[in-house]
Amino acid sequence: MLLHDTALVYGRYLRQSLRSRFALLFGVLTPLLYLLFYGPLLTDLPLGGQGSSWQVLVPGLLLQLGLFGALFAGFTVILEKGQGVVERMRVTPVSRLALLLGRVLRDATVFVFQAVLLVLAALVMGLRAPLAGVLIGFAFVALLTVSLASVSYALGMKVRSPQEFGPLINAVSMPSMLLSGLMLPMTLAPAWLDVLSHFVPFRYLVDAVRDAYVGDYTSAHMLYGVLVAVGFTALAVTAGTRVFRTAGS
Amino acid sequence: MAAVISTAGLARTFPTRSGPVEAVRGIDLTVHEGEILGFLGPNGAGKTTTLRMLTTLLEPTGGAATVAGHDLVADPAGVRRVIGYVAQSGGVDPQITVREELVTQGRLYRLPRARAVARAAELAAELDLTGFLDRKTGALSGGQRRRLDIAMALTHRPTVLFLDEPTTGLDPGSRADLWELVRRLRDEHGTTVFLTTHYLDEADALADRLVIVDRGTVAAEGTPGALKLRYGGSLDATLQDTFLAVTGRGPSPADTAPVAV
Repeated sequence: MLLHDTALVYGRYLRQSLRSRFALLFGVLTPLLYLLFYGPLLTDLPLGGQGSSWQVLVPGLLLQLGLFGALFAGFTVILEKGQGVVERMRVTPVSRLALLLGRVLRDATVFVFQAVLLVLAALVMGLRAPLAGVLIGFAFVALLTVSLASVSYALGMKVRSPQEFGPLINAVSMPSMLLSGLMLPMTLAPAWLDVLSHFVPFRYLVDAVRDAYVGDYTSAHMLYGVLVAVGFTALAVTAGTRVFRTAGS
Repeated sequence: MAAVISTAGLARTFPTRSGPVEAVRGIDLTVHEGEILGFLGPNGAGKTTTLRMLTTLLEPTGGAATVAGHDLVADPAGVRRVIGYVAQSGGVDPQITVREELVTQGRLYRLPRARAVARAAELAAELDLTGFLDRKTGALSGGQRRRLDIAMALTHRPTVLFLDEPTTGLDPGSRADLWELVRRLRDEHGTTVFLTTHYLDEADALADRLVIVDRGTVAAEGTPGALKLRYGGSLDATLQDTFLAVTGRGPSPADTAPVAV
């Protein structure tokens, strides 16, 4: 039943995404601009890691795509609450977990698709990375999207208006981006900033993807990255499902 | 007559910053099979909160209720299989076609795909929507939208249909059509209908029995005639007079409390 319900909800929202193809491509614009106009600045700088500057930058841009995109996913649920769609579905026997999973898997599909476009563009710019590493990078984008979109839907179900939602998300996303070393590796940072960044979960994900991009699949970074991503996803999905079960209280 | 809905002390308290608020203090009511029940009350009386509890959208914080044989607290999934609910706002996406919404609704009720497609056509025929199947729901008129909302709620042939202010915003013609539809559902399918409304003429014309709630409890109940006799003084009293007599038109104690300065 869970599989049936999830597939049904997924199909509904994927069709919704496909109806707005423009938005589908637009999401990739910001990281693409970074790639074009910021990436070339880094090519001759000593970034401290192995590999080229592209192998450092592209993993950061992939996670930035997931971070900013997925955190705003909850906007749609605020609209749907107003239309009564959420309540109409919650009155049917459909699985509450499926109401969340169908939506976040749609988001994961959309963001992995955008991530593929971004990597293709990066290849043109000069990125060279092992295929396995690139695929691992996509897996991390998918996990990050599922967890952040779950958090975002849970928040969207709680707030009353889009005006409340935007500032809340910005307050989370900007510090997360700066403190996780998405743009430049945190190893360049002074000690206090480096320490601080270890309290931001995305730091572990971006370190893991950077290792994957240089073919280092068995590093400690990779282990921590997987643990943090899987743990965070489990927590976020549990919290999100709870909100779909008891919303309105 | 068998009871389709019965509640005992059904209550809901919301925690707020200034302390708990008792939206519903304890509702005791019975709705019989095949009955059209009008659920009335001033704004803030607890109508919508009660409706949201009976439709499993909100967990009660006190009391008990049975809906069509299923315990509301222990078996909300069982309740969901036998009720239909039309929210005041409706519940369709304006970007999606009538057909897709109807088919999705069938699938949400676990009908196999082919059966859901067939059921969508049946419902469209029954509710006079066949010509609009491939139109986006956002392009429908108010009356058509309302018929679609009801069609969606009837997908699984529910025993009980909950309607939250179903005619708010409809023109007089559409309102009359909707009353006709509700009567037909009861007469032809034996559906029990639980409806809230602010229109007292609607309650008078449509409901077999009325329950008037005020400040989170049942203030009066009975047939429209019996309530008019008891609270309005005669059968010729208007339901408006009756309603005001039950809920008290004078200032409430809170209004006469001394103002803190």
